[in-house]
Amino acid sequence: MTWETVIGLETHVELSTKTKIFCSCTTEFGGAPNTHCCPVCMGMPGTLPVVNEKVLEYAVKVGLALDGEITRSCRFDRKNYFYPDLPKAYQISQLYLPIVRNGRLTIRTESGGEKTIRIHELHMEEDAGKLVHDPWIDQTRCDYNRCGVPLIEIVTEPDFRSGEEVIAYLEKLRSTLQYLGVSDCKMQEGSLRCDVNLSVRPAGSAELGTRTEMKNLNSFKAIARSIEYEARRQIELIEEGRRVVQETRRWDENKDATFAMRSKENAQDYRYFPEPDIPPLEIGEDYLERLRKEQPELAEARMARYQADWGLPVYDTQMLTSQKALAEFFEATVALGTPPKQAANWIMGEVLRRLSADGLEAKDMALTPRTLARLIELVQEGKLNRNTAVRVFDAVFADDGDVDAYVKEHGLEQVSDAGLVGSVVDKVLAANPKSIQDFKAGKEKAFGFLVGQVMRELKGQASPQVVHQALRERLEQL
Amino acid sequence: MELWEFTALELGGLIQRGEVSPTQAAQVALDRMAAEQDRNNAFVTRLDGETVLAQAAEVEKRLAAGEKLSPLAGVPMALKDNICTKGVRTTCASKILGDFTPPYDATAAEKLKTAGGVLLGKLNLDEFAMGSTSETSYYGPTRNPWDLDRAPGGSSGGAAAAVAAGECWYAIGSDTGGSIRQPASYCGVTGLKPTYGSVSRYGLIAYASSLDQLGPLARSADDCAAVLELMAGKDRRDGTSLDAGWGSLTASLTGDLRGLRVGLPSDCFGEGLDQEVRAAVLSAADVLKARGAAVEEFSFPMMKYVVPTYYIIAAAEASSNLSRFDGVKYGWRAADYEDLTDLYEKTRTQGFGAEVKRRILLGTFVLSAGYYDAYYKKALQVKALIKKAYDEAFEKYDLLLTPVAPTTAPRLGESLGDPLKMYLSDIYTVPLNLAGLPGLSMPCGFDGQGLPIGAQLIGPALGEAKVLNAAHAFQLDTDYHRQSPVGKEAQAK
Amino acid sequence: MKITEEMVDYVSILARLKLPQEEKTRMTGELEQILAYMDVLDGLDTSGVEPMSHVFPLKNVLRSDEVVPSGDRAELLANAPVPDEAAFLVPKTVE
Repeated sequence: MTWETVIGLETHVELSTKTKIFCSCTTEFGGAPNTHCCPVCMGMPGTLPVVNEKVLEYAVKVGLALDGEITRSCRFDRKNYFYPDLPKAYQISQLYLPIVRNGRLTIRTESGGEKTIRIHELHMEEDAGKLVHDPWIDQTRCDYNRCGVPLIEIVTEPDFRSGEEVIAYLEKLRSTLQYLGVSDCKMQEGSLRCDVNLSVRPAGSAELGTRTEMKNLNSFKAIARSIEYEARRQIELIEEGRRVVQETRRWDENKDATFAMRSKENAQDYRYFPEPDIPPLEIGEDYLERLRKEQPELAEARMARYQADWGLPVYDTQMLTSQKALAEFFEATVALGTPPKQAANWIMGEVLRRLSADGLEAKDMALTPRTLARLIELVQEGKLNRNTAVRVFDAVFADDGDVDAYVKEHGLEQVSDAGLVGSVVDKVLAANPKSIQDFKAGKEKAFGFLVGQVMRELKGQASPQVVHQALRERLEQL
Repeated sequence: MELWEFTALELGGLIQRGEVSPTQAAQVALDRMAAEQDRNNAFVTRLDGETVLAQAAEVEKRLAAGEKLSPLAGVPMALKDNICTKGVRTTCASKILGDFTPPYDATAAEKLKTAGGVLLGKLNLDEFAMGSTSETSYYGPTRNPWDLDRAPGGSSGGAAAAVAAGECWYAIGSDTGGSIRQPASYCGVTGLKPTYGSVSRYGLIAYASSLDQLGPLARSADDCAAVLELMAGKDRRDGTSLDAGWGSLTASLTGDLRGLRVGLPSDCFGEGLDQEVRAAVLSAADVLKARGAAVEEFSFPMMKYVVPTYYIIAAAEASSNLSRFDGVKYGWRAADYEDLTDLYEKTRTQGFGAEVKRRILLGTFVLSAGYYDAYYKKALQVKALIKKAYDEAFEKYDLLLTPVAPTTAPRLGESLGDPLKMYLSDIYTVPLNLAGLPGLSMPCGFDGQGLPIGAQLIGPALGEAKVLNAAHAFQLDTDYHRQSPVGKEAQAK
Repeated sequence: MKITEEMVDYVSILARLKLPQEEKTRMTGELEQILAYMDVLDGLDTSGVEPMSHVFPLKNVLRSDEVVPSGDRAELLANAPVPDEAAFLVPKTVE
């Protein structure tokens, strides 16, 4: 039998506001335990939450970017459960009236087509603290620095059919959030986390199978592998005539497998009810209009513009807009007078190569558009040849070095002086009468050899065009 | 007349004029507390004399430097022990909070401090403000100064008893379902629960967040007005707080009631109401009438739904609010636990008293899967209808007048055996919390045993000026509020 | 509605309470009595009535996104039942 995998995603995104969602403590990552805390985020008695206006703004912006319906009168609710990372023993979240419903995000599938993933809802909530076990005292320490950092949770419909689609969605989502400037989406710092709901069913069936929820997925790689593993596990169970149990499973990176988490003693009965400490949020047309106007140009719009204005191929525009910082880098380079296609080629070729090799994201690189533009300009002007330029690029990439200074210091400037090239050509011809004979006899290979000799004499800094021209002229005269 | 028999404003006036110094006033309070504490147990924590006198000396210095503080500068006062005080133990009269010492002040406490209030200590209450008698305190029951064998009411029993016994000139209580008004009534003092949101709740340890409100207890309505003015206002730390826009409350106490329309909900004067209480409240209506008010009975059938609605909502919120007391971050932790769950369960089971556990279980139940709609959601719908019924009543009337409680103060131990019966006795006070309305309890007579009776004036949202002016007018023509139990208790025996 | 001890057990687990048998038996009876009284609300037609969680028409109470220095750690941890200079301590919860 052929099986179909059905996947839904719950993605938690930490918003990059300066302060926490309900108090004015910093959201800065790191810090000694419990030093980014106050009585409010520590859940001390008598303290009250007051909503950070930026959190609402960011959530609405994401909602607009995901083409969702913004709930005009939204509320916070309390989700009640006991765990030491949650000092109030309830999380302020949204259940009954989440800020966004019915959105969508279009992804590109492997086959090159498009697929729309439906967003069920997006809601605002607070992050929990961190628990670290201390083996020396055999006690667990509660650190509330992350407690109260604003999160949005984005819940999709079960629209994915493969791990590739999930990764494509996450990449697109991350790019969108970065374009909006609402999150830095660093998985290693936990600012983008996701839970995967997965079930399998016979291909063609309309019914959903029993699903499991996977947690502890800290990288795209882990997500892809866990999906593959879990789908296989469920299919094997069913084929053996056993049942899939609805449960939460934990992905173990080292063992490359998922394991059922110890079921909590109580059923998941969170006793949600409207948060009495926070008055309703009423979202007016003016507010929405202002945020719509402030929305930055997202990837799709930029792709269309690059195609229309600069005639770039679709593939190029996709690559260039895959990261906001990359697109901005590209546009800035073009603004400095670089021909768009040249800029695109350099960015897709050399810039992405180095980013990947250095494990960097575009927004973290030191290289400035001015430096790249100058480098391309030197090539255009015939002062550097392409290969030398790549050498220069690699030298200046890491700390945005001075291209001109580097070229000068290392004597890399291309020789275009026809007189100098001509005299070297004469010298080479005089030393290689055999090659001249071969050339005259129609052996084109000999021409290549002579070019090589000239280039060697000129230490590779000659303009190939000038060398070719000078050599042909002399040979024809002979 | 002894200094402790003056009202807070009268004492404040003496201090402003330099006739009495804040340290003198503080010393009188310290002496009164020393004399009464063993008898009525009004305080959970008394600040030591040195600390109190140092505060008074500080106010004295500020006044001498010409600082404009407030009409109540230098007047000694006390706070219910569910109001956080920086550096002063705050217990909620519960074992589970242990010696919890907040690193912050409640906004109301901070405002009173700024206004020159001199804090004497923290007042006893029912554990976590859940009760109607102040008997569920981990620190022992408070006794009614009018009869030490009787309850002072609750949950702000310590506040009402301390004011009645002349241990402080005013006190701050909290009122979730009548916890200021009912003890004020039982102890013969004046108590005001203001409009929801008019006083910041920051630092008030929550019982039921949508119903809790801080307010003053004092001898007179004008004292209550003066204290409320000092505490009220929008607070950036409480998203549900608001600017009431009253202007000066004390200035609005003219005593003029001409043209005032007062409604008497007939459903508050029927079955279950003690006859002596009924007669006293109705005679209060006559006093208002004599001052020019028009009094009229009307029907308010929503009364039969108010108690269940209140207890569902209050218990639900309480079950969530009290979850943070788990022996991890502050307060008391049980010994000999095996693991995390055991730590939680032992700490909470041994740390909370029976009434608190009853309400936590009730609240957890009404929110649990399968019961939310039938109980909690239903209660929120009925709440909307109750609010609507009041809105309609206030189209016809400026104020409503009702009893505060069906009876006068019960004997100690009489109420705890039957929780439902105790809940039912809150009938006249709880609907105001559901609708967020201001209500004031004022002494309006005594029963045959010499126990005080209270009448409740209810106003529309933010109608404090009307409520206080009517009470002030009543107090201009009566002297129930100037009666003191001190020295009388012996005669009654 | 009949309230059983099993129902009280379930709610107790959610509330992290573990009542001794005698207290549980008494509580079961009391809750049944109280909940039976609550049923008076069934007599009121509330169809179409919007549940009211906030009684006063306040809305959009928001705070600006400006950092205020955090609290003093020693002060924030001072009330912990098990003292530690950096964190609150609980029995082993995570690996």
